Amino acid sequence: MPLLQIAQLSKRYGTDKYALEGIDFTVDTGEFVAIIGPSGAGKSTLLRCINHMIPMSSGDVVFADASTKSFNATQLRAHRTQIGMIFQHYNLVNRLSVIENVLHGRLGYKSTVAGVMGWYSNAEKQQAVEILQSLGLSEQMYKRCDQLSGGQKQRVGIARALIQNPKLLLCDEPIASLDPSAAKIIMDTLKDINQRLGITIIVNLHQVDVAMRYAQRIIGINSGKIVCDAAPDAITPTIIHEVYGSEAGELILDFGEQYAQA
Amino acid sequence: MHKLDFFTQKRLSFGLFVMVLIVLTYATIIFTEYNVAKGFTSIPKAVRWATANFYPDAAAIKKLPAILAKLSDTILMSVASATVASFFAFFVAIFGAQTTRINVWFSVFARGIATVFRNIDVSAWALILLFSFGQSSFTGYFALFFVTFGFMVRVLIETIDEVSTDSVEALRATGASYFAIITQSVIPSCLPQLVSWVLFMIETNIRSATLVGILTGTGIGYSFDIYYKSLNYNAASLVIVVIVISVSAIEAVSNWIRRAVL
Amino acid sequence: MQPTTTIIVRPWNAATLILRITIISLVIITGYAFTTFNTRGVDFWAGVDMLGSNFSALLLTPYLKNITFDVMVHNLFITIGLGFLTTIFGAAIALGLALLAAQNLAPRWLTIIIKGLTAFVRAVPTVLWVLIFAVSAGLGSVAAVLGMTFHSAGYLIKAYSESFEEIDNGTNEAHKASGANWLQIVFKAVLTSSATALLSWTFLRFEINFSTAIAMGAAAGAGGIGYDMFMASGFYLNLHEMGAFTYAVLAFAIVLEAGATRYKASLSK
Ligand SMILES: Nc1ncnc2c1ncn2[C@@H]1O[C@H](COP(=O)(O)OP(=O)(O)O)[C@@H](O)[C@H]1O
Ligand SMILES: [Mg+2]
Repeated sequence: MPLLQIAQLSKRYGTDKYALEGIDFTVDTGEFVAIIGPSGAGKSTLLRCINHMIPMSSGDVVFADASTKSFNATQLRAHRTQIGMIFQHYNLVNRLSVIENVLHGRLGYKSTVAGVMGWYSNAEKQQAVEILQSLGLSEQMYKRCDQLSGGQKQRVGIARALIQNPKLLLCDEPIASLDPSAAKIIMDTLKDINQRLGITIIVNLHQVDVAMRYAQRIIGINSGKIVCDAAPDAITPTIIHEVYGSEAGELILDFGEQYAQA
Repeated sequence: MHKLDFFTQKRLSFGLFVMVLIVLTYATIIFTEYNVAKGFTSIPKAVRWATANFYPDAAAIKKLPAILAKLSDTILMSVASATVASFFAFFVAIFGAQTTRINVWFSVFARGIATVFRNIDVSAWALILLFSFGQSSFTGYFALFFVTFGFMVRVLIETIDEVSTDSVEALRATGASYFAIITQSVIPSCLPQLVSWVLFMIETNIRSATLVGILTGTGIGYSFDIYYKSLNYNAASLVIVVIVISVSAIEAVSNWIRRAVL
Repeated sequence: MQPTTTIIVRPWNAATLILRITIISLVIITGYAFTTFNTRGVDFWAGVDMLGSNFSALLLTPYLKNITFDVMVHNLFITIGLGFLTTIFGAAIALGLALLAAQNLAPRWLTIIIKGLTAFVRAVPTVLWVLIFAVSAGLGSVAAVLGMTFHSAGYLIKAYSESFEEIDNGTNEAHKASGANWLQIVFKAVLTSSATALLSWTFLRFEINFSTAIAMGAAAGAGGIGYDMFMASGFYLNLHEMGAFTYAVLAFAIVLEAGATRYKASLSK
């Protein structure tokens, strides 16, 4: 059952060359998809077109059987509430408590007044506490976010996305700023969310080996175009070369092997 | 032709820079008809005069209550202008900042207005406002208000774009409304900086208010001017002592608050 | 199981408490301030009303009456010149004294004395320094330059010495270890590595001194365009002429600010 259909999606910033050109793919409910590609390939742009953080130039994003192309402001907000987003730099309000940052995930469901005042129901607070517990952050609940480690901050980011009760999680380089052990915890958490809660996940990664290990499906992008779309065991060195360009591809394969041996 | 080595080249360009400065300085001295000799001889004369005449005596101390009353006028005016101007500046900065603007043209307009306001010197503002408000407190109040407003719009735009861009993106992605994003993310992230800048402007305004007071006949500047013009240098020196103490005290309190809040 | 009623969203801490108290105090002081304003019989709303027509006279119909355009430009450059001179003089004094005020370069007792003195110099508004010097030098450009130089030096000593203190101590240690003496360290390590910071501070001070030079023309007989503004406002009561001066001053100030912004941008690249 398709949750998301990207149809002939193109994006051009101003009069630059196309950042995305003719992107076509479908994601089924419950899939765990990794998007790989060199920096500047258009990965972030693609994720942000899905929830309309960036307006697309042409094409369409069909989400839960609804075309989102001509959504008005209200429909757009409703669309975004169904999609959680996770960022490389966590994007928390650092001066606020962990629990308040988590509750921010509910703002999309609120009336303007309730949102402006930051009124949250007891049920919402209860859910926030439960999500924090499940992510191992009960102790940190009342800490300010600037007192947390990178891995903890990213888990707060995940909690904020989960409290939206999303159908889809978009993760833009979620482990790029983390050390390997924190990165593993985050990827395991995402895998667990995918399997236990059945939430569909699309994650941008620049580590091919991590993508191979966690994803059910890998989409490679280069210069705004899809170069490959296959299961991890179908990804061959030739394909990696195609995604990253020959020399960089060599490096990535070497590095990947070392990583696997270690 | 042989190439000069790096250090020789650097020394040469530094030498050239100093030469240009010296020539420019010399030209400026001639152009402004500044009397260098008189400048130098005036310093020892001023020191001799100050040690002989410029100290508070018993008669001056009797004037202390009147001086303190004027000082309090000046401080109150500085606080009021800084606070109210910052309040308005914050709204304009929200519309001017790249992160939170609703319209590019409005942003350009907000920045433009602020540039005009802060680049007209406070003394010029006072002279302009004399036409509307005469020698009342309003003249000084608005002169300080306009300059503070222009300055605060600029620094708050920078602050908003610096500290809240990431979290605004995250809240937008949850579907939060524009005003909820402002109250839940922009304000909590920027408020400490905002308060710190308000305190800075209060310090600045007290100094400017002295000058404005001389021009408009209000506050501590007026006290100084009266004693000075009536050659009562003992009382004038007491005004200076009072200003130094209050400026230092306010600076100390501000620094303490800044350390606690930032 | 968590009791549902006790989930606090925004826990209190010292920082938020002090922030709240500060804001509330500012609001209360502001409210009180308005009740103390000396109106001298001026009707506030009438003044606000007049503000609109005054602004349009000022900004929409500027013209010169009592001086020619050439004289105005000449006087603008006098003001710029005063700002420039006092910045250069202040910077020259500050460069020497800041080395003696930096904690990583001078003995502690010396830094405390110099920093204390400069704090005093800065706490006195520039206009008062100018008026103090005017008693022995007479009102005019000499007193203005001395007073403004004094305040600039105080400001730049603080700024420079803090820039010196920020530089990496490792560089100093390395030079010390290689047997360099104090002067060599200063020239080889300290000045070269803080040069850009010194330049930005000096430029910022030039912007300030340009403004101050206008004010000194208006309030302390230093001449230049500030004096013209003072005459237009207090003597000729001519808003249109005031408008012409305002545009002249604004034009140069905006050029300065744009220059500073450009410079900053080129540094961060
Ligand atoms: N806001 C923007 N304005 C203009 N060009 C942009 C903007 N964001 C990204 N780009 C360009 O679009 C292309 C794709 O960028 P991005 O999606 O960030 O790639 P990736 O996430 O794969 O590194 C790049 O060439 C980048 O320079
Ligand atoms: Mg990216």
